[in-house]
Amino acid sequence: MKPSAPSLLKATFAIVQKDLAAELRSRELLSAMLVFSMLVILIFNFALELNIDVRKSVTAGVLWTTFAFAGTLGLNRSMAVEKDRGCMDGLLLAPVDRSAIFFGKAISNLAFMLIVEAIVIPMYAILYNETRIFQPEFLGVLLLGSIGYIAVGTLLSAMSVQTRTRDVLLPILLFPVAVPVLLASVKASGGIITGAPFAEILTPLNLLIVYDIVFIAISFMVFDYVVEE
Amino acid sequence: MQSKPIALTILDILSVISLGVATYFALVFAPTELFMGQVQRVFYFHVGTAWVGMLGFILAAIAGIIYLINKDMRWDRFEVAAVEISTMFFFITIVLGSIWARPAWNTWWTWDPRLTTAAITELIYIAYFMLRAGIEDPEKRARFGAVYTLLGGISVPITFMVIRLFRTIHPVVIGNESAAAQGGFSMSGDMVTAMLVSFAAFTIIFIDLMWHRIRIGGLQDKVEELKLKVSM
Repeated sequence: MKPSAPSLLKATFAIVQKDLAAELRSRELLSAMLVFSMLVILIFNFALELNIDVRKSVTAGVLWTTFAFAGTLGLNRSMAVEKDRGCMDGLLLAPVDRSAIFFGKAISNLAFMLIVEAIVIPMYAILYNETRIFQPEFLGVLLLGSIGYIAVGTLLSAMSVQTRTRDVLLPILLFPVAVPVLLASVKASGGIITGAPFAEILTPLNLLIVYDIVFIAISFMVFDYVVEE
Repeated sequence: MQSKPIALTILDILSVISLGVATYFALVFAPTELFMGQVQRVFYFHVGTAWVGMLGFILAAIAGIIYLINKDMRWDRFEVAAVEISTMFFFITIVLGSIWARPAWNTWWTWDPRLTTAAITELIYIAYFMLRAGIEDPEKRARFGAVYTLLGGISVPITFMVIRLFRTIHPVVIGNESAAAQGGFSMSGDMVTAMLVSFAAFTIIFIDLMWHRIRIGGLQDKVEELKLKVSM
């Protein structure tokens, strides 16, 4: 590496900082994700008749579906901004390792998703009087699930913005590949809410960790091929 | 214009014959299953098509990796051929499974791990075609296709493991003794023979179709090239 090139960590951090600063000024991504999440929960409320008996078994599913949908919205937007104004070319020209771009975008996407979750979860708890979702285990599963989802989502959104069908394509590409992470998360967090024994939660939790590691590694390795011109 | 290779014609004829032989073995040679009766005969083709379906998806993922390393368009053509043929065969597997499931489980479809995984696998590869359709630049199309088959190839086994956490009712015929409760059955010697014949037949058909599809892919590229030359 050239002596003037910044380290991977520094470059990654710079990209995260750029994304967060831009978002702090426009707030268009976060507000869209938040309003959308609220609407999804509202629709679920009527579609599933979320009364007290039903709630116990479906809370995990409702929350994860909401986050998955809101997540695609954020992923699409965050990559489209880079592509539309030619920022991606600028990033690619920068004398930094390509993986810094991947990790930078992934971390800022993850930050957006976590912010949305941090607002939606208390809202859900208030609306449905559901305090069991504040357990540390539940929040841990939320973090692990979001990491896996965002890792593969960042890679696929970098692909989908370069196609003719762009926004339409991302959920179609992402959902089937992200099925394991969503299912394992729902299974684990559902188990935590219903107070299942830890041994029962351990298997989906392990698979979640495996998925996270495997997909971060793969996305990091193939990201070069996705952005190269 | 290159003419069709003679070996391919021979393979075509061989495919038709082997399909006929496999049909005979499945419908006539294999004994009728004691509890399920004639409908069990669909099993031989179900397993045969499932086998080539899986084979194609694995080959496609390998071809994708090789493409990413050496950027040779031939591997892209190989990958597309494998995915296209396997998606079709896998769909046939699902349909045949449904035909069997209706009398055996009393339903066309159930969200059992294997069935769910099969459905998701189909969706991944349908998404693969949508991805390719959205990209004009052939080199970029090949690159993205390779990346996506790689992701799909890794995601599918994990999906299967995750869904396994929920209970399964799909019979495990090979290497399972007590499967009868799930609609499974122990195979007699003739049944095993019929199954192996079906495996062999579908493998020959798969190779034949692959060859055709790769050849068409090559011709397609040549046509594109010529068109470009004419327009310039």
